[in-house]
Amino acid sequence: MKVVHTDVLVIGGGLAGLRVAIGARRRGLDATVLSLVPPKRSHSAAAQGGMQASLGNVFKGRGDDENAHFEDTVRGSDWGADQRVVRMFVHTAPKAVRELAAWGVPWSRVRAGDRQVVINGQPVTLAEHAAAHGLISQRDFGGTRHWRTCYVSDGTGHAMLYAVGDQAIAAAVPVHERKEALQLIHDGTRCHGAIVRDLKTGELCAYVARATVVATGGAGRLYQVTTNAMICEGGGIALALDTGVAPVGNMEAVQFHPTGIFPAGILVTEGCRGDGGLLRDARGHRFMPDYEPEKKELASRDVVSRRMEQHIRAGHGVQSRFGTHLWLDITLLGRAHIEKNLREVKEICESFLGIDAAQQWIPVRPAQHYTMGGIRTDHTGHSVGLRGLFAAGEAACWDLHGFNRLGGNSVAETVVAGMLVGEYVADWCERSAAWADVPMRLVRDALAAETAALAEACNRGTGESARQLRLELQQTMTAHVGIFRDGTHLEQAVETLESLARRSRTICLGRTAPGPNPELVDAYRVPRMIRLALAVAHGALARTESRGAHFREDHPQRDDARWLKRTLATWPDAWSNRPHLAYETLDVNAMELPPGWRGYGARNHLDHPDAAARAAEVARLRERHADDPAARQDALMPFADLLPPRLRGPNHRVEAEEETPVVAR
Amino acid sequence: MSLDDQPPGGPSAGADDAPVPAGAASSRAPLRRLRLRVLRYNPREPQVPARFETYELDEADNMTLFLALEEVRDRLDASLAYDFVCRAGICGSCAMLVNGRPRLACRTLTGGLPAEITLAPLPVFELVQDLSVDTGKWMRALGERLHAWLHAQHVEPDLDAIEERMDPDVAEKLYELDRCIECGCCVAACGTAQMRVDFVGGVGLNKIARFHLDPRDTRTDADYYELIGDDDGVFGCLGLMACHDLCPKELPLRTQIAFLRRRMVRAGLSGK
Repeated sequence: MKVVHTDVLVIGGGLAGLRVAIGARRRGLDATVLSLVPPKRSHSAAAQGGMQASLGNVFKGRGDDENAHFEDTVRGSDWGADQRVVRMFVHTAPKAVRELAAWGVPWSRVRAGDRQVVINGQPVTLAEHAAAHGLISQRDFGGTRHWRTCYVSDGTGHAMLYAVGDQAIAAAVPVHERKEALQLIHDGTRCHGAIVRDLKTGELCAYVARATVVATGGAGRLYQVTTNAMICEGGGIALALDTGVAPVGNMEAVQFHPTGIFPAGILVTEGCRGDGGLLRDARGHRFMPDYEPEKKELASRDVVSRRMEQHIRAGHGVQSRFGTHLWLDITLLGRAHIEKNLREVKEICESFLGIDAAQQWIPVRPAQHYTMGGIRTDHTGHSVGLRGLFAAGEAACWDLHGFNRLGGNSVAETVVAGMLVGEYVADWCERSAAWADVPMRLVRDALAAETAALAEACNRGTGESARQLRLELQQTMTAHVGIFRDGTHLEQAVETLESLARRSRTICLGRTAPGPNPELVDAYRVPRMIRLALAVAHGALARTESRGAHFREDHPQRDDARWLKRTLATWPDAWSNRPHLAYETLDVNAMELPPGWRGYGARNHLDHPDAAARAAEVARLRERHADDPAARQDALMPFADLLPPRLRGPNHRVEAEEETPVVAR
Repeated sequence: MSLDDQPPGGPSAGADDAPVPAGAASSRAPLRRLRLRVLRYNPREPQVPARFETYELDEADNMTLFLALEEVRDRLDASLAYDFVCRAGICGSCAMLVNGRPRLACRTLTGGLPAEITLAPLPVFELVQDLSVDTGKWMRALGERLHAWLHAQHVEPDLDAIEERMDPDVAEKLYELDRCIECGCCVAACGTAQMRVDFVGGVGLNKIARFHLDPRDTRTDADYYELIGDDDGVFGCLGLMACHDLCPKELPLRTQIAFLRRRMVRAGLSGK
């Protein structure tokens, strides 16, 4: 039996995983990262537009602070988020951006003086302050009160991933590439590592660790049209689900990005709209102001995607031989801006559509983009069902995003969660039981079970094709568990998925060659994807309300009275074809921002019985502590003590100088 | 449709309307029957010799090699190994030889190629199987060898303080070089890399140029000379510049290598 020992086993080599590993390493622990692909190829690299952090350096960002970022994020989440986690996040985001600056990210910088931008379809001249010259710049993104999204042209995720990846090399963090965790080693209460398959040789081995951190990203590949990379199959989330004891939270909360290029689903960044790009229909009409007079193209993603699909249903889509789409028009931004700040978009349009985005409109339609749900953890990233198991980034539900994530909050989350969870994991390792506690019998049994399962999969005579099942899975999710949902279609989805789960027990391989063997990889991944999809579909069917990205046409109201709670799915019986659902109530009386209208989208919700009283209480506390922000925060919702001590300091910003008027031309 | 509390009045003509331009110009070349000749070999089955296998399929509109190979795996041969991750030209996983030239397969449209397309794994890198090669291991070793990370004055900066300023133009120039995706095309195309196992290639020299340009990096020319001042570094370059010509990100490798060579000659002559 081959066994690798490490203090912290990090599964997933994207931004979150690498940052956790670096953090643990700096605390003097051994950290080992497993990655399906070379870490710099992770899906983190695909984040184009930027990361939110309330630095407030640009003119349109002046006045921004943690409070504004907090409120935008909670409203964006449709009150599904854990508000303490949101506070921790918005407080740490400026520190994360500044750490990355010191690690080498070439953030785009403010240039003092006048500059031309496009706001609401009109050219506008902004005068940037001399005091901000050379500081990190921000752009506009959806659902935010200020320009807050820090960026590196439109290759932000790439630049961040390379800087963090380089620092991981500098810190000598071992990254075991082309390794896939197949099973967590656990005894029902405590996780001890994972059984891991080498994707080059096919060999299985055990990684035994004091703490195991899942940072494997989302599960976009449950859908047929997704902006997610090929490796975003939810493998890490499924690891937790398969333990039977570690719950996954809010899997029904699935984000669709308004601008996937049609039909391939490749992302073009929200920065296109943030920088002034418009959505148009078959007649060339800019339709978003008709639906969202306030935020227009820059409402939150769930709202914009729904409005787009609604507009298509009303017959205003562009017909093409591949189906119906709408247009994204960035031609008004001008070639110089596009070639500098939207360069990836331009390349993507050239390479995949054969069009020049500076002259032609881009065909777009909403595509699956983000998994708000994930392994349910507390604010330290620690699983609520299995000690020693942590999660960070998109794979986690700690729960920063609730039912809708704001653009720019995901790459920000990866590094912020990495910074925080890295510390908490180290704390936990320092406190937790010693090596002798690892029961090697458990490790042996897990390895034997996985070896037997793979052998069995290789030896089925005839049966189903994994790729065929995956296709049917993706078609089902796209058709019935998409942007618009209702009971009838969700029941149909559950029925189909359960039949796929049954069929997946007889997946059969054409060849059983040693080594990488892509067929075998499909054979063990697809059944996990089906279980995850069942968690999504069951959660969506049970949730008879609409919240954030989860929209039920048969229950269009957000129902705070009955549904201000988080779905927790577990899979206690491996032979069952359905998850067990439970719920965790969100405490209105502990909220700093009690539920209300988001400020965009349909004004249509049922109040929680305690909401009005809590709102009055919050108003009273705000008034009482009007002059003392620290006391106010402590009275409303204390969070500072939850942060690692070294990350508690106040974030400094350039002092706002005299107001410079915005000159419209 | 129960989405709305206030359904809009529908499209109306106004300032926000624009004439529809000539739409997504999809090239309407006649679609063909493609023949994909793929070099196949599994190092873990040495008894099965390397061979070309040919797969025939119908071309589709805007078909990329990614879509073509996925169709092969879906319908014709589920055992074919290759590496696609982002399938959007940004992650650098899928470089391979397409009719002899290193390219990113995911953003290579079949429409620009003849109907018979020969695919082979990138040379230089360790073969995993078929079209899959281990560029990751090579790049990690390169990063370790070249100390390819920012050597800042403060590794643990004051995170509460306002960040250090940078000239906006410098930031843009840095990003220009930071765009490398470590796909390996420059190494596979390089004459020197075929002969010298340890040559750092366009990717390695570009990394050094990137940190050299970065005002936050504290290293001097003498430090860089220690890393690339030999025949495995900048003096190994024969000046054939296939790296420059074939870089999918169109990085200015020619300029960077020429610049580094001048700096390193000077550093070498001055003995520092």
